[in-house]
Amino acid sequence: MSTTIALAGNPNSGKTTVFNILTGSRQHVGNWPGVTVDKKEGVYRKDPKISILDLPGTYSLSPYSAEEIITRTYIVEERPSCVIDVLDGTSLERNLYLALQIMETKIPTVLAVNMMDEVKSKGDIIDFKKLEEELGVAIVPIEARNNKGLDDLMDAVKQTIASGRKPKELDIYKLSGSVDEDTLADKRYGYITSLMERVVQRKSSTSTVKQESRSDKLDKVLTHKVFALPVFAVVMYLLFAATFSENFLFIEGLPSPGVALATLVETLWGSLTDLISSLLGAANAADWAHSLVIDGVMEGLGAILGFLPLILVLYLLMSFLEDSGYMARVAFVMDRIFRRFGLSGRSFIPLLMGFGCSVPAIMATRTLDSEKDRRITTLLCGFMPCGAKLPIFIMFVSLFFADGNKTFVLFFLYMLSLFISILVSLLINRIAYKGQVSNFLMELPQYRLPTLRSVWIHGFEKVKGFIQKAGTVILAATILIWALSNFNMASFTGTNVQERGTALSEMDESFLASVGKGVAPIFKPLGFGAWRPTVGVATGWIAKEMVVVTLAQLYSEDVTEEYLESYFSRFDRQELAEFGFEEGLYSEEDAFDIYTEAVLMEGLDDQGLRTLRADIPTKQAALSYMVFNLLCMPCFAAVGAMKRELKTVRRTAGAVGIQMLTAYVAALLINLVGNLIFGA
Amino acid sequence: MTMGDLRPGQKARVLSIGTQGAMRQRILDMGITPNVAVELIKVAPLGDPLELSLRGYQLSLRKSDAALIEVELL
Repeated sequence: MSTTIALAGNPNSGKTTVFNILTGSRQHVGNWPGVTVDKKEGVYRKDPKISILDLPGTYSLSPYSAEEIITRTYIVEERPSCVIDVLDGTSLERNLYLALQIMETKIPTVLAVNMMDEVKSKGDIIDFKKLEEELGVAIVPIEARNNKGLDDLMDAVKQTIASGRKPKELDIYKLSGSVDEDTLADKRYGYITSLMERVVQRKSSTSTVKQESRSDKLDKVLTHKVFALPVFAVVMYLLFAATFSENFLFIEGLPSPGVALATLVETLWGSLTDLISSLLGAANAADWAHSLVIDGVMEGLGAILGFLPLILVLYLLMSFLEDSGYMARVAFVMDRIFRRFGLSGRSFIPLLMGFGCSVPAIMATRTLDSEKDRRITTLLCGFMPCGAKLPIFIMFVSLFFADGNKTFVLFFLYMLSLFISILVSLLINRIAYKGQVSNFLMELPQYRLPTLRSVWIHGFEKVKGFIQKAGTVILAATILIWALSNFNMASFTGTNVQERGTALSEMDESFLASVGKGVAPIFKPLGFGAWRPTVGVATGWIAKEMVVVTLAQLYSEDVTEEYLESYFSRFDRQELAEFGFEEGLYSEEDAFDIYTEAVLMEGLDDQGLRTLRADIPTKQAALSYMVFNLLCMPCFAAVGAMKRELKTVRRTAGAVGIQMLTAYVAALLINLVGNLIFGA
Repeated sequence: MTMGDLRPGQKARVLSIGTQGAMRQRILDMGITPNVAVELIKVAPLGDPLELSLRGYQLSLRKSDAALIEVELL
């Protein structure tokens, strides 16, 4: 017969470490129905007949938060064979509160008192025998981070199950009359306080001078009145720079670990793509098959792979900060600001990450403790001006604002994204959550040096989760856009094959172009109601920098061979080499790619794409186009990440809908106000 | 006086909790019950929230919530 053991415990009690050690790599992450809380299951490493379920970390079983309801419902209704409650031995008093509530359910319970190394170094002595007698359940001291005591723990669990030992009725519950939760909470804590006096000998209470722990000293600096914010800024800079920076630690040309890994992955993937491409060529594959594999599948997979190094590095660092206890201090320091926007201090990190890339940013919302904050922050991450949106801005700024106010326009866009985020957050709070205040009652855990093992497990889990949950969305969506932009009716009637020698169509005759023509009038009020900019927006969903590439392709009359040749003729050999021409020699074949990636994206050609200006006639229309791309649905990879965090298709669609609506309204206002001031 | 009036380093005993609803339960669950001794450790750099020490651990709560908790100095 198989048995199920449930792991419960306070957040920061080391429950996850216990779970990881007990199950090894045999874990399965799913989710509890209807909520954005992970459901982790695994099989005991040393006995596959025992399955272990990791319940969400909670402080109590009061049915108020999603985590508490899940834990309570599971224990009461599913009735696991045994519950292991992991307690932080250094704050036993508070941890025992949940233990009492679990024992009240009368499910066989074993208490694992964790962090015994810290308890010992503090000099406290816990009388486990006496504690066991008083509570009537098995109690095992463990040191999860040093992998000590876990075999004893499992032995105690097996014994408890075999003997059917149930927690005994404590005297505190023998109350007369109706008992409300207030009285119960009071009774439980009252009992725990007296229990602590009987079983714990504190060193600090016997010595006259209160000893300051290392954690207290560290905290004095990290949340110091004056130093807290500068230290915080440095930590955040390092977190951000280590993931995204191309000039890490201000050293010119030194890539950060994240960027270095990403470049490596992209280079390897590029070589693999080239190899497959030439193999397909050698095998005489049909044009469309070649394009499907290279531009559809490989591009889609590449989009997923390219994000993995960023997620991995960011997550390693984030779990370090989380496990070390600093993350709680970030929330402590930033709460005052974010509360005004209807969020809590913890939303800061995901939003900051959004300036680099929305995908890891959205995944970072997992560390938020309220479901409301998680959902709103996930939505807001899409508004952040991520690195891939920058090429759009730079190109448009150089094309339309070449006369001096470039920096101001960029600054305006960044400020606008923050302003819109605040506004949307306030509105959602008001409308969807009826002004429900994010409660902020947060434990500030002891600072601890996290173990490499747990940091690695957390980081790796995220990467795995991203591939599993977001991968399919990204791949499917990328292939869809590929198909739409490469085929038209003539592909299927055979006309293309007859006339062009291939089933594929030019992009400006494709389905996507037809759809663009149909949809374009919607954008008329925004100032860019032509089909080419519309198609640009759509390809931006594959990856935002694609907008630039697509526009260059669609305005091909602006980027003729003659134009490219005359544009590049003004540069000498060395400069051409810097652009990426091999040995500094101009080549027609590479000119288009180099022009889009090294010139347009960098905003170097402020005379380029002349006919684009007919479709986007005014400065306000150009600004409106940038704002629309900034705020509308992020790339599919980010939508995949959103789906992973929001769990349901409906909520994800709702969030994307809000993003689209926000983008439309903001762009509309900009165009209208611009028209009023400067004239259409 | 209320918990919000405490200055860093001051210790106090909780008399009553004026908060209602879910937040009240949460406050009780976290160990702020009548008669418990608390110490105000510090105020966050931007002036809010507060850091308290009670029952052997540190807890952070907002001033607006602290203002509803009656205490007496120890």
